[in-house]
Amino acid sequence: MSDAANQITLTIDGVDVKVEAGTTVLQAAERAGIVVPHYCYHPGIPSRPAQCRMCLVEIEGQPKLQPSCVFPAGDGMVVHTASETAETARKSVIEFLLLNHPLDCPICDAAGQCMLQDYAFETGQLRSRYAEAKLVLGRDRVADDILYFGDRCIICTRCVRFMEDIAGDNALVVAQRGHKAYIDTFPGKDLDHAFRGNIVDVCPVGALVHEDFVFKARAWDMDSSAGICPGCSTGCNIDINVKENRIVRTKPRLNPDVNSYWMCDHGRRCLVATNLRERAEAPMIRAAGELEPASWNESIEWVAERLVSGPGVSVVSAGLSNETLFYSHLLLEWLGIAGGAFRVETGEEIELKGFPKLKLRAERAPNGKGAELLGFRRTDSLPEVPDGATLVALGDGLEGAPAEYGANAGFFLYIGSHLPAAAHNATAILPATTVPEMEGTFVNFEGRVQRFHRALRPPGVARPAWMFLSRLLERLGAGQGVLDIRAAFAAMAAETPGLQDLTWGGLGLRGALLNGDGQPAVAAGEGAAWKR
Amino acid sequence: MGYPYSHDLETNTLLSRHFGDVEARSLDGWKKLGGYASLPKALEMDPAQIVELVKESGLRGRGGAGFPTGVKWSFMPKEPNGPHYLCCNADESEPGAFKDREILRWVPHLLIEGCLIAARAIRAEHVYIYVRGEFFPFSAILRDAVVEAYEAGYVGADILGSGWSCDVTVHLGAGAYIAGEETGLMSSLMGGRAEPWIKPPFPAQSGAFGRPTTVNNVETLAAVPMIVSEGAAWYRQWGTEKSPGTKLWCCSGHLARPGTYELPLGMPLKDVIYEVCGGTPDGKAIKAVIPGGSSTPMLKADELDCETTYEGMAAAGSALGTASPIVMNEDTRIVPAMRRIAQFYAHESCGQCVQCREGTSWTAKILQRIEEGGGTPEDIDTLYHLCEQMTGRTICPLADSVVFPLRSSLDKFRDEYEALIKR
Repeated sequence: MSDAANQITLTIDGVDVKVEAGTTVLQAAERAGIVVPHYCYHPGIPSRPAQCRMCLVEIEGQPKLQPSCVFPAGDGMVVHTASETAETARKSVIEFLLLNHPLDCPICDAAGQCMLQDYAFETGQLRSRYAEAKLVLGRDRVADDILYFGDRCIICTRCVRFMEDIAGDNALVVAQRGHKAYIDTFPGKDLDHAFRGNIVDVCPVGALVHEDFVFKARAWDMDSSAGICPGCSTGCNIDINVKENRIVRTKPRLNPDVNSYWMCDHGRRCLVATNLRERAEAPMIRAAGELEPASWNESIEWVAERLVSGPGVSVVSAGLSNETLFYSHLLLEWLGIAGGAFRVETGEEIELKGFPKLKLRAERAPNGKGAELLGFRRTDSLPEVPDGATLVALGDGLEGAPAEYGANAGFFLYIGSHLPAAAHNATAILPATTVPEMEGTFVNFEGRVQRFHRALRPPGVARPAWMFLSRLLERLGAGQGVLDIRAAFAAMAAETPGLQDLTWGGLGLRGALLNGDGQPAVAAGEGAAWKR
Repeated sequence: MGYPYSHDLETNTLLSRHFGDVEARSLDGWKKLGGYASLPKALEMDPAQIVELVKESGLRGRGGAGFPTGVKWSFMPKEPNGPHYLCCNADESEPGAFKDREILRWVPHLLIEGCLIAARAIRAEHVYIYVRGEFFPFSAILRDAVVEAYEAGYVGADILGSGWSCDVTVHLGAGAYIAGEETGLMSSLMGGRAEPWIKPPFPAQSGAFGRPTTVNNVETLAAVPMIVSEGAAWYRQWGTEKSPGTKLWCCSGHLARPGTYELPLGMPLKDVIYEVCGGTPDGKAIKAVIPGGSSTPMLKADELDCETTYEGMAAAGSALGTASPIVMNEDTRIVPAMRRIAQFYAHESCGQCVQCREGTSWTAKILQRIEEGGGTPEDIDTLYHLCEQMTGRTICPLADSVVFPLRSSLDKFRDEYEALIKR
């Protein structure tokens, strides 16, 4: 925290607020729990044009209402955010914004999450005094995957300024001027930036919508869970929006230490794409030549009886959670299989200029660092399976493997959520949940341990792999079965250097850095970046 | 051919003395008329001395706001830490104003000399003359003059051997009213849309290209050379204590002799209209005058006995603005006139602030509907409400510009609105 000399005290709506010098009135109000309605101001976008005029407040001693988003808080300042003058001005802004607005909330994808709708509701103007014909702009396509509904646009220019300030690509502009103004791509330029999807998130109304989301779901029909993007090793914090047990979209979730307010378009598509793949829904055992469904009890028993310590290989995946990897490793140790391996897909690295820490990283999997930490090694190719050896394959480890892979194994245990071609050679298949169907942790590129929460119900009787692996180990007499993610994390943390001081609860929503070299872990909420 | 707007009033013409004289446009002609005599004097002066002199002269900004020029210059940092800029605002776009255009086309060298002296006073190394987009022929005249001045060593490196260098660039705008607002001008100059920005930062802290900048009107800068050569006291012979000097007037509308006149500040407005311009051409009565360009409050015929100074016009409930009275005779219908003004501002709103973007066009549409007979009594209340919500709520004063004439027309000619509504 800063020195007392830098502290100023002001009064906002009768509440005394202590803030650092240089804080704006709007931020100071936020500190006091007072929300000053605003449109053009976005905390993640540096430019502050103060043009929406929604955050005007009354400041004693100032002849005119002042935009609180840029007006610096001063010592002894007395601010009224809800005085009659300020309220009237705000009400008037809403009236102006609604003049040419189509009021198509019933079919607008932003309805329920729209700042215009919220404030219009709050100011309670049921009837418009506007007797003139409304301007009609219709809809336009600003990018391959993004539609622009000009009539809903309030020209807050957040999208234009995101592209300019954060993406560093002036692909969007305000075209025309005055009441005819609208947002368009710069003549001759395409909006094809890898982070363009964020313009939809910063839009305070329903003017910018992803085409694949149009008319898909109403805001109030969706559940939202805190997740971690599996698209690359950055581990962007995301909200997973789910309707009827399907992921309809993912949105960035603020974490100043990782992704700020942003995420890339590759990440946005990642989880939505997982809706459509063949799933393993029940345990399968090859008791009589063919893979047949079996109950969990039966399968665990059957597998435990047949597993023997001996020569073997294992493939895992950098998309698996730490807990799953930890119990997998215990199983491999029991089996005497050394050095499970994982392959990681790579791609072009793309940086977000305005927040350089956020990149679409070359490593296109969320947990390579965690897999290494837990004793697995990287490899470029699938390990050769010696005839008659034991093969343990987990998750995406079999992705892209030839159809006959593992057919020569003595015992082939496949643990995963999907059924790639080679999985059909398995001796036993134990159905696991996907990441959005379970809780767990990943370790991102810089060693930040981050929790993700469950967003979906798993299909059939699929269960988190750490859960049934611990049960299998208990049956093998090599550990304690756990049913609770806290217990699983604690068991892992106790035995894993780097995780020792971390607890499931302590990770919170912001994650914590691995503790190495005697460095204490940085607790959630106190990361260095937060103090900026 | 003589200048078409010459008149026989016994006034002292300072800026407009050579209006109409084609010779004055060229460097040779201008030097024969005594041009570029002030620059060497200014080059011998300390920047602070020039600022002090202009402060003493009481010269006030001629772009409409009337801010004391010397005081504005004194806001510039004294210890240059990188480049400073001077922007000459030649984006004359206020309906009714046509004075800067006359300076550009008849005495471009007077303006260049004024720019150089001002640049020296504020320690600027580059002058940008931002010319209104529609002023093609006049900007060409100015550009020719700048080329000549460069060739003669008045502009460029080591001016007149003084060791001081200053460049002058003529920049033609793309035709936006709001580029005449100083921050809008700089936004446009930097290659962006002519969108005003919220102050702070003030131009003297961070203006064009993020550097300390002063923006002055053409007429203001053109008055500087004579103040430097003749002194502050000399300049104060004209005008009043608080509004010294002469002012170019742009008189238009129902007048016998419309045109550009240079008059000492302080003359009664009715004398400007009736004596200088000869009243209405056909002897019809005057109904209303918008005295300072279309963005100032209207005055009725019986309110014209006011002093034409910044303070005097404010006291009369209007503003001197750019001293561009638009005179409307008794046959003028106020509502359509007001509608036309509102349409202009709706067209010119840059579209940043909500009150201006939506308010100006709503105003224009309501006025149009009243004019066409579709008005309701509530419309007048709505218009008053708009006046209230469009005043002092925006980044720049464009929204206020439509409110000033609108509110005054509602106050003073409400009967005309009501007559159309009742029809």
